[in-house]
Amino acid sequence: MFGLEKKDAKLLLIVAALVFFAPFLLNPFPSDSGMAQFNAGYPDLMQRFVIFGIFAIGFNILFGLTGYLSFGHAAFLGVGSYSAVWMFKLLSMNVVPAIILAVIVSGLFAIVIGYVSLRRSGIYFSILTLAFAQMSFALAYSVLTPITGGETGLQLALNDPRILGAAQTADGNIPVPGIFGLEMRSTAELAVGPWEFVFNVGYYFSGILMLASFYLAIRIFRSPFGMMLRAVKSNQQRMSYTGLNPKPYTLAAFVISGMYAGLAGGLMAAMDPLAGAERMFWTASGEVVLMTILGGVGTLIGPVLGAGAIKYMENIISKINSDILHGWFAFLPDGLEDFVVAIIYPFIGKGWHLTLGIIFMLVVIFLPGGLVEGGQRIAKLFGKKKTNDAKDGAEAKTPAE
Amino acid sequence: MDAIILQILNGLDKGSAYALIALGLTLIFGTLGVVNFAHGALFMIGAFCAVTLSRLFNLSHKVAVPGETDFLGNPLMRDQPYLYDIFGEATGAALIDWAVPLAILFSIPIMLFVGWAMERGLIKHFYKRPHADQILVTFGLAIVMQEIIKYYYGANPIPTPAPAAFTGSFDFGAMLGLDPNQIIYPYWRLVYFAFATVIIGAVFAFLQFTTFGMVVRAGMADRETVGLLGINIDKRFTIMFGIAAAVAGLAGVMYAPINSPNYHMGMDFLVLSFVVVVVGGMGSLPGAVLAGFLLGILESFASMSAVIDLIPGINQIIIYLVAIIILLTRPRGLMGRKGVMED
Repeated sequence: MFGLEKKDAKLLLIVAALVFFAPFLLNPFPSDSGMAQFNAGYPDLMQRFVIFGIFAIGFNILFGLTGYLSFGHAAFLGVGSYSAVWMFKLLSMNVVPAIILAVIVSGLFAIVIGYVSLRRSGIYFSILTLAFAQMSFALAYSVLTPITGGETGLQLALNDPRILGAAQTADGNIPVPGIFGLEMRSTAELAVGPWEFVFNVGYYFSGILMLASFYLAIRIFRSPFGMMLRAVKSNQQRMSYTGLNPKPYTLAAFVISGMYAGLAGGLMAAMDPLAGAERMFWTASGEVVLMTILGGVGTLIGPVLGAGAIKYMENIISKINSDILHGWFAFLPDGLEDFVVAIIYPFIGKGWHLTLGIIFMLVVIFLPGGLVEGGQRIAKLFGKKKTNDAKDGAEAKTPAE
Repeated sequence: MDAIILQILNGLDKGSAYALIALGLTLIFGTLGVVNFAHGALFMIGAFCAVTLSRLFNLSHKVAVPGETDFLGNPLMRDQPYLYDIFGEATGAALIDWAVPLAILFSIPIMLFVGWAMERGLIKHFYKRPHADQILVTFGLAIVMQEIIKYYYGANPIPTPAPAAFTGSFDFGAMLGLDPNQIIYPYWRLVYFAFATVIIGAVFAFLQFTTFGMVVRAGMADRETVGLLGINIDKRFTIMFGIAAAVAGLAGVMYAPINSPNYHMGMDFLVLSFVVVVVGGMGSLPGAVLAGFLLGILESFASMSAVIDLIPGINQIIIYLVAIIILLTRPRGLMGRKGVMED
């Protein structure tokens, strides 16, 4: 199906089902219950799940397949966002041209940076990409203010030209991004008993693009091109001795992953039409590294899982405060309750980064295959047959000797 | 002339910090072959040692002020640091004033222990894994350290003043016989520079003139052979890791008055220090020091208004630009040995 093996097609269908039914799946708790704060099914967060999913899938094409660890991928995300907002300012509020331009511009940017950075490998490559991204950040923040809006960020204004669309709406407001008249922010709500489900145009638009990116990633993983990229990772020297030049392959992988990042950046701008330089800061690049490793580097589904896990922590776990904790442990005797809360408190709420750091370290130390490998180990433990992505995990672990 | 001297002076204190951190990074890389992304966090922990000591010194209790009452007629209470009780008021006040320099003594055992624990507990298991894994695990460790500090000290910068004797600035130009009030330079920055020079000198002397240092240098050149000679090189490298951590920590302690410590100051310095190490040459100790000072001074020259008018924004990107040019034209850096990490 779709030119995929049966196993991959099944994985794609599972992911598609998850994306389409996410508004139900992420809202398992009735909205009036105490557990409602764990519901992740609101548009803003669901959009972030899929957008960062795209970002991480793209990063994985570079890092997972070729082993080149880029610490500057957020630069492409930022460039994508800026291009998309400029398209909203100049052309129209339709998201299609904005996203196309975002992908093209970030692709061009990736060609330039990739061409230079890929002349080195290993840690030098990481530092070069880091240096380029920090340079872009510094420039966007200071000198390029006419293009990037500097500290305030790039925003829409009432007097923007917007040659193909209206500069302002009938009641004098800035128009909102949409696709052929359908606004990105428009939502439909469905109440079933105490449950409330929200369906958002922007989410489904991003979700469909995420599925397309995922499909493309599967095709790349399974193609001869993907095989070449794996060859770069396992033994670059041997590859050149067999008469193959690794440069074009790594550059292509770099540009493709840069375009994925640009697509994610464009979508971020489409959901909320502003762009700021902080999207290019190196901690943002670090975040996508965390996502990919956490989920499982070199696997297909891993980066998406990692992106989901981190964004869920960032938005849900970070909201738990000490009052809520006291509520949970109220059944314990007083002294014990305070003790348990005092132990748990540093790891949740504002301290969620600490939990993230610890989990990340544990994953790097004990589970180099990330959550996917963890899932496989658990599945093995229960004697079930591995289903998801098992082949990928195995390939990533054993270099082709 | 004035402007040039001023820029060189301005570059020195930042350059000192870069040089100290880069020196530690290179010590770790040169001995253990590990790329330590948590080194910035060690610098930050050093700065918080200074904060902690000054807080400890300021621990106080309420005492009544004799002969005075507040508006309700009760005896007026004021805070009195415990140090006053122990050492008397004059010595106590002096100790509090000198908290930051005293934190040097306080921080050395802490940093040595942190470095030792890091190497034995974590880094040890990563020697045989690829550089990417080392980067990732130390990056994770840096996040953890940072968040722990944030939990206990909060997210805001904590002002930590230098001793009163070193606050304020002096007229450097007048000392050189130039026009007065042209080159004004804060005392503490000069202290920082002198301190950095002493530390760097001490590290080099230690490596050059002691038997321990000789063994370590031999181990850096050829680890296997030194091991075959029956020397336990791993143990010495662990100690070097502790020393590198202590160097970063000391750089942080003394930097606290220049820039109020906050929990992410290490990350900000780390990125630049890596660039410094690369420019100096991976694994080259003199290269790291030289590149640290050079880039610090270069950065301050680039922020002169005459230069910014010429090339806008150059002050923001000069260091990265230099790094990119160096990496592409001379990948082993200014003083790197041929063949060390040159791919």
